[in-house]
Amino acid sequence: MTAVMIALPFVVSGYKVDFLTMLMVNVILAVSFRVITTTGGWSLAHVPMMGAGAYATALMSGNLGIPFWFSMPLAGLVAGLIGLGISYPLRRTEGFAFFVASFAAGEALRLCWIRFKIPFGGHQGLVVPPPMLVPGVQWLDFAEAIPYYFLTLVVTVFCLMIMHRLDVCRIGSTFKTIHSEENLAKSMGINTARYKMLALTIGSFFAGIAGVLLAHRLWAIEPDQFGFSTTLYLLVWVVFGGTTTFSGPILGVVVLSIIGELLRPLADWVPMVYGIIIILTLIFLPGGLESLPSRIGIPKGKFWRAQITVEDR
Amino acid sequence: MQFIGQMILNGLMTSSFYALIAVGLSLVFGVMHIVNFAHGEFYMVGAYTVWVLFALLDWPFFVAVGVAILVVGILGLVSEKLIFRRARGNVLNGFIMSVGLVFILQVAVVEIWGVGKMKPVPAAYPQILHFMGATTWQRFILFPATVILLGSLWYFLGNFKIGRALRASAEDPEAASLYGMSPRKSAALAMFLGSAMAGAAGGLMAPIMSVHPYMGHAVIWTAFVVIIVGGAGNIKGTLYASIIFGFLTTIITTFLDSTIANLVNTLVMLVLLAIRPEGLVAHAEK
Repeated sequence: MTAVMIALPFVVSGYKVDFLTMLMVNVILAVSFRVITTTGGWSLAHVPMMGAGAYATALMSGNLGIPFWFSMPLAGLVAGLIGLGISYPLRRTEGFAFFVASFAAGEALRLCWIRFKIPFGGHQGLVVPPPMLVPGVQWLDFAEAIPYYFLTLVVTVFCLMIMHRLDVCRIGSTFKTIHSEENLAKSMGINTARYKMLALTIGSFFAGIAGVLLAHRLWAIEPDQFGFSTTLYLLVWVVFGGTTTFSGPILGVVVLSIIGELLRPLADWVPMVYGIIIILTLIFLPGGLESLPSRIGIPKGKFWRAQITVEDR
Repeated sequence: MQFIGQMILNGLMTSSFYALIAVGLSLVFGVMHIVNFAHGEFYMVGAYTVWVLFALLDWPFFVAVGVAILVVGILGLVSEKLIFRRARGNVLNGFIMSVGLVFILQVAVVEIWGVGKMKPVPAAYPQILHFMGATTWQRFILFPATVILLGSLWYFLGNFKIGRALRASAEDPEAASLYGMSPRKSAALAMFLGSAMAGAAGGLMAPIMSVHPYMGHAVIWTAFVVIIVGGAGNIKGTLYASIIFGFLTTIITTFLDSTIANLVNTLVMLVLLAIRPEGLVAHAEK
């Protein structure tokens, strides 16, 4: 898979390279969103968290001249800390209150960028300089599409590896237990509120990283990019792909981005198409694309899990 | 004194507006357990209906508002039948479906009427009213209209058999269905009433607010804050919360500006959630 991704930019045209870069940014966003959803909370503040990372890197590399390798993790950290702050009031809320409160918190963050023109630039947003990797090296220009593509690829692979590791380790299993058996987790002495906060913080950190990559690719950011329609896209990707497996959101992003590219002439209608897709997915394929193999009869990981639940009853 | 009177008057009207929006949302949540994100878009459709009927076709204002109430109520009924019924009480699925509906409605309105041009709705009653301060009748109407609408909802829920059945199925759907109130019927009724309230709010606000396809977004935010604090599904709590936030918003807007007011409202909600996750009025004491 990685080999294909390395070879791709030399085969396809310049515009497609940009598309692939954005695709990888969205993959990080969707997979980091899944870190939160494994605990059962669907945070609607996730896209504003990406924005927090983007604004942080814009301020750090633009005003302070901090090199990319430092500004990227720092910006992720800023997003993670904001996520931590939001997660505190959300830690005991369930279901509906979680969506609504996270939505309001994310919108409040976005409103701050609009309201406080210094330093966030209001509606016009901020200009982001091209990334400085090593001060003084001129021959590798990351304002170009192909070098930036490889930079994104490296960061994406790195982030995905960490998040995959997280998913299979003890913390990841704890997250899933909190989602499926909250009372069991509590009775085993797990502090579920603290784990939920941890999930939101980690998810926000990686969303911040995605925001950094986005900001340096677009060279300019504004509050509207992190508005509710982007949240809709994120929800559609994740619902369409499914959230029980690690690859589900990735599948959703890739398939739907390609559909979105094909619909480019009808750009005005894309939100409506996405709205219809999300409703139809929930009605007819509630598990998302990833549940398709087991639905049409191919036994996979899901198969034996279904059997166990039958035996339990 | 004049200043305080003006503030009370403004607060009263802001509270009425919040109550009109939030009570419908709360009712829908209480019966169907669906957080209807498209409630703001229902409000937008209500405003567009009044724009078409009153501004373009010169119908009388209150007839236009009445039609808006019906149109949006039926829109809610249809979306319940086509979409929300299939969520089967799953809060997450119902919520995400409503997010999909938001964008379907927005794109539909943009494609029919366009996004760029302003949709001016002239005031039907531009006369100035001097009472504790100055306002136009157009704005003031909101207050008696809300009292009448909410009062008749209250009366309906308390004194009519089917209204009481609706309340029963909000509290215990299984027991209610034993007594012949099917969950489907109560969901359809709640959705009709709740959406109709959004339509009424949109219709009444059309001459005051600017009418555009994305006007629902700012409104749904405030409505969410209000029903979280009031305890979703709890109509009385929602009413109290609308009054509190209506006056809070007015006071902050008077001294600072409305953006800060929105931020403070959200902050108040987050702090309340941190202290009391179940909302201002506990969920059980309905």
